[in-house]
Amino acid sequence: MPSATAQLPDERGYFGRFGGRYVPETLMSALEELEKGYLAARAEPEFQRELDYYLQNYVGRPSPLYFAGRLTKALGGAGIYLKREDLNHTGAHKINNTLGQILLARRMGKRRIIAETGAGQHGVATATAAALFGMACVVYMGEEDMARQALNVFRMRLLGAEVRPVATGSRTLKDAMNEALRDWVTNVETTYYLIGSVAGPHPYPMIVRDFQKIIGEETREQILACAGRLPDYILACVGGGSNSLGIFYSFLEDEETQLIGVEAAGQGLASGRHAATLNCGRPGVLHGSLSYVLQDEDGQIKLAHSISAGLDYPGVGPEHSYLKESGRVVYTAVTDAEALAAFRLLARTEGILPALESAHALAQAVKMAPRLDAGKIIVVNLSGRGDKDVETVSKVMEVE
Amino acid sequence: MASLHRIAAKFAELAARNEKGLITYLTAGDPDLDTTARLAEAMERAGADFLELGIPFSDPVADGPAIQKASFRALKKGVRVAAIIRTAAQIRSRTGVPLIFMTYYNPVLQYGLEKFACDAAGAGVDGLIVPDLPCEEAGPLLEIMDSCGLALIPLAAPTTTESRLQKIAAGARGFVYCVSVTGVTGARERIDTDLGQFTGRVRKYTRLPVAVGFGIAGPPQAAQTAPFCDAVVVGSAIVQIVTEQGSSAVDAVSKFVREIKSALK
Repeated sequence: MPSATAQLPDERGYFGRFGGRYVPETLMSALEELEKGYLAARAEPEFQRELDYYLQNYVGRPSPLYFAGRLTKALGGAGIYLKREDLNHTGAHKINNTLGQILLARRMGKRRIIAETGAGQHGVATATAAALFGMACVVYMGEEDMARQALNVFRMRLLGAEVRPVATGSRTLKDAMNEALRDWVTNVETTYYLIGSVAGPHPYPMIVRDFQKIIGEETREQILACAGRLPDYILACVGGGSNSLGIFYSFLEDEETQLIGVEAAGQGLASGRHAATLNCGRPGVLHGSLSYVLQDEDGQIKLAHSISAGLDYPGVGPEHSYLKESGRVVYTAVTDAEALAAFRLLARTEGILPALESAHALAQAVKMAPRLDAGKIIVVNLSGRGDKDVETVSKVMEVE
Repeated sequence: MASLHRIAAKFAELAARNEKGLITYLTAGDPDLDTTARLAEAMERAGADFLELGIPFSDPVADGPAIQKASFRALKKGVRVAAIIRTAAQIRSRTGVPLIFMTYYNPVLQYGLEKFACDAAGAGVDGLIVPDLPCEEAGPLLEIMDSCGLALIPLAAPTTTESRLQKIAAGARGFVYCVSVTGVTGARERIDTDLGQFTGRVRKYTRLPVAVGFGIAGPPQAAQTAPFCDAVVVGSAIVQIVTEQGSSAVDAVSKFVREIKSALK
């Protein structure tokens, strides 16, 4: 069993053979400066104290670990706990990272923030943090995503951010990230690029993981306090992989806890219309790091598909590729239909509308729980709330 | 190392004539590979000293709108890496100038580093530029390219620090490609970088020739850039002509290349 990744990435930004820095030369000195700035901030108690202050009083941390009694009963098996990241300010785990990085940007003297967004949750969280610290904010978003997440576009604009539509390629998250990178190449001296997932060139996968690992740290304390032991399973959805790595990270060395990342199988893995990068992709370079990628034989990146905009991404963070190959985390996939069924089940049994992203992790619990003993414990990371998805879900229900 | 020779010999020839070199770029497969070959030959006749052939990639983060769109058009038509290498061999059989591929790392990685270098060398290609492969990650490819006699040509940017320039120079082959602006590819009216200071910094660490590219829109910018380098690269402006005129762009491209080349003499 390989040991946990506490010592990773290495000094070149690698998790095993994954990671690195594959970016235009123009950005290299900025990445070196970012790494230095981050390592200095991380070592500074005052930086951590200020972040903790905002996490507690602004975000509302710690987020509760809630025993979903009616859901557990309905499924008739393992006990299911929900880590309620949906209750954070702005409605998802994304704010943990954006606050950390905005404090870092301020410390580095940057006044202009750019970000990419898929579902709009990271865009909203970035716009929120930028508003809180009075910084200019530009969010790149694919036109396709702007259409399916119109409410989040409006929220970002209300928060004072400029949302720039991206009309190239598949007009989704992948292309928004390309365009944000191009902006950064052009404005690197004044601009801080606030990446929303554990993807991108080193040091981003490390920085975003570090700011999200609070999810797992709290979960560990909470489950020990209420159940007196560690969970048997932790389930989390994986797009780029920030909420999953956030909750997994503190459990990597606890072999009794099985960690399961749930990818989007879209219309089914066999259909070719999915976003199951770790299940169906192979190693390649996209957006600055070497990791699993959905691609054709020539290395051209394929379009991903998922009903959930936040999982609709043909890449994945390099640490996940490492955890897959080391065998520490198992990666499964659930379809659009299974996620929708889980969405409705949670609404009816617990009065909670989960984000469609998080509904994928729940769908995995729906599959597993009935086959497990009542004494087993499953924790599901409920990474976001589903208000933003109500329109998407209503359209699907109309068709049905 | 026959191929490296062709690049070095060309720079020596240019220096002897007291001329600056012209490197012209095309996105392979836009609008089709047959046109790419015809354009390449026409550019040599019009005075291009080096031909740069872009292998399109689906996610070209270092490129501006002109090359992005050309890449998408070429990919939509189904252009494949192997077919582009065959076209390069065809161009080589009909031209004498150094031939350089430009592409992103993933297509090379998926083709196989060794196979790519081997096939490119076999086609008579002389060098390769990979804009998303900084010197820290270039080791494995550089070793293979060296053994095949192909030049892995590095990029330097205005933001590159002295310590990085030193590392870049150590692994540089053929020439150093200096990115004239902090930004992506694309024709620009003005170049605000202090090019004399920038290429001077680069020359402190290498004796290799220095080329300047990104943003050179036409003869005036080429003439303005020439005093500070050994060659200029013109890409997006040519791709724009091909975008507008497609397979009948040969005459317009030839005229444009002649005009730029005369600004460099």
